[in-house]
Amino acid sequence: MTALEGTGVRSEPRTMSQRLARLAGSSPTHIILGIVGLIWLVPTIGILITSFRPGADMRATGWWTILFEPRFTLANYERVLSAEGMGGAFLNSLFIVIPSTILPLVFASMGAYALAWVKFPFRDTTFLIIVAMLMVPVQVGFIPLVTAFRESGTGLLTNYGGVWLAHTAYALPFGIFLLRNFFITLPRDLIEAARIDGASNVAIFRTIVVPLSVPAIAAYGIFQFLWTWNDLLMSLVYAQRNSIQPMTVKITQLLGTYATDWSLLAAASFLVMIVPLIVFISLQRYFVQGLLAGSVK
Amino acid sequence: MTAANPPATGSGTDDAKRPGGGFPWAALIFLGPAGLLLLAFLAFPIVYTVFLSFNRGRGGEFSNWVGFDNWVRLFTQDPNFLRLGFPPSGALINNVLWIVFYVSLTVLLGLILAVMATRVRYEALIKGIVFLPQAIAATSLAIIWRFVYSPDPNTGLMNAILDIGNVGPFSVLGNPDAVNWALIAVGIWGSVGFATVILSAAIKGISSEVLEAARVDGAKETQIFWRIIVPMVSLPISVVAVTLIVNVIKLFDIIFVMTAGGPGASSRVIAFSMYQEAFPQGQFGYGAAIAVVMLLLLVPVMIFNIRRFRAEAVQS
Repeated sequence: MTALEGTGVRSEPRTMSQRLARLAGSSPTHIILGIVGLIWLVPTIGILITSFRPGADMRATGWWTILFEPRFTLANYERVLSAEGMGGAFLNSLFIVIPSTILPLVFASMGAYALAWVKFPFRDTTFLIIVAMLMVPVQVGFIPLVTAFRESGTGLLTNYGGVWLAHTAYALPFGIFLLRNFFITLPRDLIEAARIDGASNVAIFRTIVVPLSVPAIAAYGIFQFLWTWNDLLMSLVYAQRNSIQPMTVKITQLLGTYATDWSLLAAASFLVMIVPLIVFISLQRYFVQGLLAGSVK
Repeated sequence: MTAANPPATGSGTDDAKRPGGGFPWAALIFLGPAGLLLLAFLAFPIVYTVFLSFNRGRGGEFSNWVGFDNWVRLFTQDPNFLRLGFPPSGALINNVLWIVFYVSLTVLLGLILAVMATRVRYEALIKGIVFLPQAIAATSLAIIWRFVYSPDPNTGLMNAILDIGNVGPFSVLGNPDAVNWALIAVGIWGSVGFATVILSAAIKGISSEVLEAARVDGAKETQIFWRIIVPMVSLPISVVAVTLIVNVIKLFDIIFVMTAGGPGASSRVIAFSMYQEAFPQGQFGYGAAIAVVMLLLLVPVMIFNIRRFRAEAVQS
């Protein structure tokens, strides 16, 4: 790691140090941050504006000319939602994401409870194996699972089942890791007292551990929701029928057919973005928590 | 005495309370669903993928065992995966390029932005803007940048700006020499916010007395940055760097959507090759071998995580 820091440090020492030296005065800071803000905002604004521009305008001029000829339309959205099947794909995204968020939440919190508060042999070893599994790439499952799903006669590649199972399984190591580390911070006295009062593990889990861990569980839930909503690869592999594919897969198909029809592509990609943006803006606190915790994933 | 002792736990929770005294049913029930899924979908596939990497596996038919053929081909006969000429090329080399430039520049820009943002009143706003790409799908991000890079100056912002200076137009995604740099730039754009948020939290943990003392002693802001801030947040830097390296090894969506590994195979990365060889090409055995390479590349990170976790467990 130190080697990598080294490369970062040595790559551009002169310009960077000059730039940083100028930070002493404050107006360069504002200018640089202003430029940074523009570089990070403008590309997204461009696609947003294009999604509302008439197709003929899009072909004739750049989106930035909108200032001189402000014409807007919803036609791109109508077309992409109905004729191009993005509406159905939107629903498919929801059908994939909701179980793929709830199942890992339930299974990971149960498993994390066992690893945090139930004593059993090899508990620490079990946990370390799960920490190791954090790094197992989804690709390792592709060949065996696609083969097994195909030969099992269960239709798991053509119904939602395969994507649900794969998303759930590959989300568990992170969920168990995150939640177990949160659960062990709960006050021991509280849980011991409940045990002495005769509370069962199920009761302790439901009435003490889960209610006290809402922030952590919410962070994991939001993280998992966004991860599955934004996922492309798992659906490419495990959702092999058109009628069950989510928006991300649909977009790549549109790209194959209409590579330069930016009105259509802009509207489609904004439809994919809108849900995460709403989640992000309304639940930013939890989201950042989840992401900070997720930095091991 | 024992008879008079009221049973504090009347129900059958004793086995959970004192695990020495019986089979740990509670652990089995709570860990069961997760355990089964992990065994079936992670543990078993690891073994089976290694096994299948010794089979031709064409179209998913595993009848033709070929020994080390896939492995030999992968490292010596597939220029799309690894070509050790001068300059070297192939998916694996592109991953190295990504690790060197994407990781170091993302960390460096994240650090600089984190430091700069603490000095202004709109800190939350600027961090939020830079962080925004974290929330959106890599698929959308890739479309946004395909649009920016469009070779038509009446469509793509980059060529429109170059056009003002009568330069271009360039098709950066169609040029084998430029394509990897254009993609790495997109990767950096997508990840700087992540680095900024994590490093900013770490920088805020540095006591202001240390910084004040340095300023009183006449240290310049550059010296403070390199000699105090960077060393004091070296652990968060290494965590961010490791996360970004893992990102690179798993990198797929941006490549798939923006270039599909092209032009030719010049922008392929290892995760893209794995998908491409296994699914559109139907070479399951070859794909399995690439998946094993990915796993092996991540083993050092696994060890790093376990060590870090053990160290934390000892501290607490």
